Amino acid sequence: MLININHRQYEAQPGQTILDIARANGIEIPTLCHHPALSIAGACRMCVVECDNRLVASCTTPARDGMEILTDSKRVIGGRKTILDLILSDHPLDCMTCEANGDCKVQDLAYQYDLRESSFGSKRESRFSIRADNPFLEVDPDKCILCGRCVRVDHEIQCSYAIDFVHRGFDSIVGTPFEEGLDGDNSTCVFCGQCVEMCPTGALTYKPSKGKGRDYEFQKIVTTCPYCGVGCQLELHVKDNKVIKVGSVYQVGSPNPVGETCVKGRFGYGYVNHEDRLTTPLIKRNGQFEEVSWDEALDYVAQKLIQIKEIYGSKAIAGFSSAKCTNEENYVMQKFIRAVVGTNSVDHCARLCHASTVAGLARAFGSGAMTNSIGEVEESDVIFVIGSNPTENHPVIGSKIKRALKKGAKLIVADPREIELTGLADVAIYQQPGTDVALVNGLMHVIIQEGLYDQTFVEERTVNFELLESIVAGYNPEKVSAITRVPAKDIIRAARLFASANKGSIYYAMGITQHKTGTDNVLSLANLAMLTGNLGRESTGVNPLRGQNNVQGACDLGALPNVYPGYQAVNLPENKAKFEKAWGTQLSDDIGLTVVEILNAAGKDIKGLYIMGENPVLSDPDQNHVIAALESLDLLVVQDIFLTETAQYADVVLPAASFAEKNGTFTNTERRIQRVRKAIDAPGQSRYDWEIICDLAQRMDYAMSYDSAAEIMEEIAELTPIYGGIHFDRLEGTGLQWPCSSREHQGTKFLHQGQFTHGKGKFHTVSYIPPAEEPDSEYSYLLMTGRMLYHFHTGTMSRRSPAIDQYEPDAYVEINLADAKRLGIEDGERVRVTSRRGEVETYARVGERVQEGQLFMPFHYAESPANRLTNPVLDVIAKIPELKVSAVKLEKVNM
Amino acid sequence: MENCNFQELDSIIEKYRDKSGNLIPVLHEVQNKVGYLPMDVQKYVAAKLKVPFSKVYGVVTFYSFFSTTPKGKHTIGVCLGTACYVKGVEGIVEKIKEELEIETGGTSNDGRFTMTITRCLGACSMAPVMMIDEKVYGQLTPEKIPDILDKY
Ligand code: SF4
Ligand code: SF4
Ligand code: SF4
Ligand code: FES
Ligand code: FES
Repeated sequence: MLININHRQYEAQPGQTILDIARANGIEIPTLCHHPALSIAGACRMCVVECDNRLVASCTTPARDGMEILTDSKRVIGGRKTILDLILSDHPLDCMTCEANGDCKVQDLAYQYDLRESSFGSKRESRFSIRADNPFLEVDPDKCILCGRCVRVDHEIQCSYAIDFVHRGFDSIVGTPFEEGLDGDNSTCVFCGQCVEMCPTGALTYKPSKGKGRDYEFQKIVTTCPYCGVGCQLELHVKDNKVIKVGSVYQVGSPNPVGETCVKGRFGYGYVNHEDRLTTPLIKRNGQFEEVSWDEALDYVAQKLIQIKEIYGSKAIAGFSSAKCTNEENYVMQKFIRAVVGTNSVDHCARLCHASTVAGLARAFGSGAMTNSIGEVEESDVIFVIGSNPTENHPVIGSKIKRALKKGAKLIVADPREIELTGLADVAIYQQPGTDVALVNGLMHVIIQEGLYDQTFVEERTVNFELLESIVAGYNPEKVSAITRVPAKDIIRAARLFASANKGSIYYAMGITQHKTGTDNVLSLANLAMLTGNLGRESTGVNPLRGQNNVQGACDLGALPNVYPGYQAVNLPENKAKFEKAWGTQLSDDIGLTVVEILNAAGKDIKGLYIMGENPVLSDPDQNHVIAALESLDLLVVQDIFLTETAQYADVVLPAASFAEKNGTFTNTERRIQRVRKAIDAPGQSRYDWEIICDLAQRMDYAMSYDSAAEIMEEIAELTPIYGGIHFDRLEGTGLQWPCSSREHQGTKFLHQGQFTHGKGKFHTVSYIPPAEEPDSEYSYLLMTGRMLYHFHTGTMSRRSPAIDQYEPDAYVEINLADAKRLGIEDGERVRVTSRRGEVETYARVGERVQEGQLFMPFHYAESPANRLTNPVLDVIAKIPELKVSAVKLEKVNM
Repeated sequence: MENCNFQELDSIIEKYRDKSGNLIPVLHEVQNKVGYLPMDVQKYVAAKLKVPFSKVYGVVTFYSFFSTTPKGKHTIGVCLGTACYVKGVEGIVEKIKEELEIETGGTSNDGRFTMTITRCLGACSMAPVMMIDEKVYGQLTPEKIPDILDKY
C-alpha cells in the first residue's frame, strides 16, 4: 500500500506504523516513550502527526492505504509544544548539573522547540527524593517523564520485573515494592543497567561515572566484553585515557542485540584503570621484586629458558596460555611453545572448565563446540538446562531463556541447587552432585521404553543405537531415583517433556563438565540430543555455555597440548609437516601435558613454566599443592595485568595490556569471532601479550614478528581451516561464526545440518560411576564450587571494580537452613570448611539454595579460596579435575 | 502477619487460578479478609499467582480502594472539592486531626477511624461535607465534630 507523508508517496507494509514508515524513509518524528525493541506504550504523545486532519500518535497508528500524513504542520508543532510544555512544568530546570546533559531527549526537544521554561510555571521544589542506596544506579523521580521505557526493558528484555509504576496520579513514579529500593531485601534487580540505557532523561543514571564527564566529551569505542563467553558487545565511553562508563550497543545479530549486558559487563570496568596495574617488568632477587627494563627482563627469561632447554630438554618447559587473551595472542603463545621451545605442553584454563566438552562433543559429533547460536534459544519449545546457572553466569542468555518461557517454551532444570531458573521450571530436578550420567541414562530409558525417540533421525544420522539401548535398559526410573535422589515420577515427566519437543535444546556448563566423569556426562547429553533428533536444526542442539570471554578461541587456536590451531592433531604426520613448513622449524609429535599434569610434574619433569594471564593459585584444585608446585620450579614467568596470587610466586613478572588497550578478537561461546578494539593506551611500560612473546622469541633466535593483530589473523586464517575466512576487514559489525572456510563463506549459525562433522553421529555407552570423594563420617558434607553473578573467576578483575566489590565484598559458603540449625550457625557468621587438602574460613550464607548435606562456595575470593579444598582427581580422557564434588567438614568458628 | 494465616488466602487464590485478569479480584477478596494488604500478604499473592511482586505493589498503590496499612473500623472521607473548600472545610480537617491525633490517610490509635480526603461528593449544597462510611454529614462546623465522632 501507499501512504502520503508531507505530500510525498511512500511504500508501506501491513503492520507498519506511521512512525515505522517515517523512520524508514528518514523523516524525523520526535519520540520519548518509543523504542523499536520494546512494546509500544503510546504514553508520551510526543510523536503526534496530523493524519487526515486529526492529531494522532504516530507510534501507535497503523498505516492505512492512502493516508495523508503531515509531520511538521503548524498543528503538529503546536501539539508537541503543548506536550513538552506540560512535561517541563513538572521537570526541574537542572541541566547545569544533570548527568544526562547532552544525552537527554527532553533537553534536546526543549532546545529544538525553543522552550526555556514552562508556561505553567517551573518546578522549583522537588516532589520526591533521590534514591541512590546502591553503588550502581541513581534514581531521581523528579526528572522522570513516566515514559515507561525502563519498566518495559526490565520486563520485556531483562525479565527481572524489579520495577514498575507505583502509586497513582500526580504521585505516580517508577519504583520498587514498598519503596525498598533496587537493593532492597525483596528486590529482583540485578543491576544490568539496561533501564538506565533506555531512560531518555536524567531520571536514571550511573553512579560510578557521576561527575566524570558529559556525553559529548566521551570517545566511544565498541568492543567485546572481557568477562564471560556470551561475548556481549559493549560501548566503552572514554575520557582522558580512562574508561568512564559502559554503554549499550544495539545491533541485530549480536549476542546482545538489544544492548543487554549483565552487571559485570556494565560495571566491571574499574580494574582497567586501577592503581594496582603492573607498569614495569619485575625480577625477583633475594625474595623481593625489583623493577627492571624490558631488555633486562626478556634477556633474563630468554637465557633461562635456553639454559633449561639445554640441560633438561624442551619437554622440561611448559606454557599456560589464556582464555582471557585474544585469539591472536593465544595463537602466538602456542606457536612460541611449539616452535621456539619445542614442546606441545601448552594448555590453559579450558582444562578446568570445558575440556570434557571439547573431548566429548568431538567424539560424538566431530566438533567440540556449542552446536547452535545464542539467540536461537528464544525459539526453542523445550529447554533443558542441566548443571548450568545461566541467570548468574551467562546472564544475558539467562534472560533469553526467560523470554522463551514468556513465549510459551517449557523448561526442565536439573541442578543440585535451587537456582533462579529452578523456580521457573515446568520440571525441576535436584540430582545429587555427580550423578548426571545416571540421570540422563534414566531419561533415555524412559524415552526408548515409551517409544518416544526420533526413529528417523537415529536411523539416518547415527550409529551405535543398539549399544545405547542395551546400556540404558539398566537405568529404569526406580534405580535412577535411588542413585540421584530424584523422584521417579519427575524423571518420567522430564523424559516425556523433552521427548515431546519439536525444537528441544540442551544447555549445560560446569555442573556437567567439572567431574571425574565429565566427558561421560557430555557424551550422555550428546546421546540424548541425538536420540530425540534435536540436532542440526535451529533452536535445538547441545549447547555448552563457555565460561571465559575467549575460552572458545583459546581452544580453537590450539592452546591445547594435543592439537594445533583448528583442532588439528599434533600426532598426525601431515599436520606436523604442514606446521613445520609454515613455522620453518622442527616440531614435536608427542602430545603435551595438561594444566594439572604440568603442575603435578613441576620440580620433577617440568622446570620452567610460562604463564600468560592465568591464576592457577586460585583457579586450580588443591591450592596447597599448586603453590608447592610453583615454588619448586627453576623458572616461573608470569605475564599479567596485575600482580596476581600466582604472580607472587614468579621469578619474572611481565606487565601486559588489558582488553581495553589492544586490538584483536575474542571468540564467544557460539563460535562467533568478534573484534576487540583499543580504546585507551596501556599504562606505564605494559605491552601487548603477543608483542612480548614475539620479542622473547627473537631473543631465542626465532624470527617472529607482526605489525598488528590483523596480521596475526592472516597467518591463522592460512593455517586453520575453520578460521579460513576470518580477516579483520570482515569482522566489522557482528563478526563471523566458525566454521568459516574462505573469504566468501558467511560463517555457520548452527552445526551439523544434514550431517555431522565426522559423518554420522556416534552414540557412546556410558555407565554411572560415583564421584571420587563422597561424604563420610568425618568429612560429612558435599562441597560444590562455582561462580556467582557479581564476580568472575579468580576475581582479579571484578574485585578491582569498585562498584561491584562494594556491593558484594565478601566470600561465603551456602549452607542449608537445617544443617545450620543443627550446627548452631547463624546467617553471616564465620565458619570453617575443611577438606582432606586444606581449610578455609568464610561467612555463612544460610538458606535453602543448597540441599541438606551440601555446601556451595564461589571460588572468586583470595581470602577464602574455595580451591584450597577441591579435589584434583582427573577425568581420564579430558584431564579435567572434579571441582564440583569434594567431601568437607563444616564448623562454626568461635570468635 | 499476626491476624491472618496464609492458608486462608489459598482458597481465594485457588478460586481465581488460571483466570486472566485475576490479580485485582484476588487482591480485593484478600483485602476483605485481612483488612488491608501488608507486604507479606502481597508477596504471598505474587508468589502464588506467579505475578511479579513489583506488579502487585504497582496495582495495590494504583487503586485507591486498596490499602497497605491497617484501616480503621470506620472511614471518614472529608470532601476537599471546590465548594467545600470555599466553605472552610480545612478547619474541619484540622479539627478531626486534632480530635483523633492522626494525619490525613492515617488511622487512629484505637483503630476506630481512618481519615481520607475525597473529591466532590456531589452534595455541594450542604458544604462543607464529609462521609463516615456510607453516611453523609453536611453543614459542618468544627464544633460539631466531637459529637459526630462520639456516635461511632
Ligand atoms: S538494572 Fe536491570 S534488573 Fe535492575 S531495574 Fe534496571 S533493567 Fe531491571
Ligand atoms: S525513569 Fe526514565 S525511562 Fe523510566 S519512566 Fe522515567 S523517564 Fe522513562
Ligand atoms: S559477563 Fe557475559 S553476560 Fe555479562 S556483559 Fe559480559 S559477556 Fe555479557
Ligand atoms: S513516542 Fe509515541 S506516544 Fe510516546
Ligand atoms: S465540593 Fe464538597 S461535596 Fe461538592
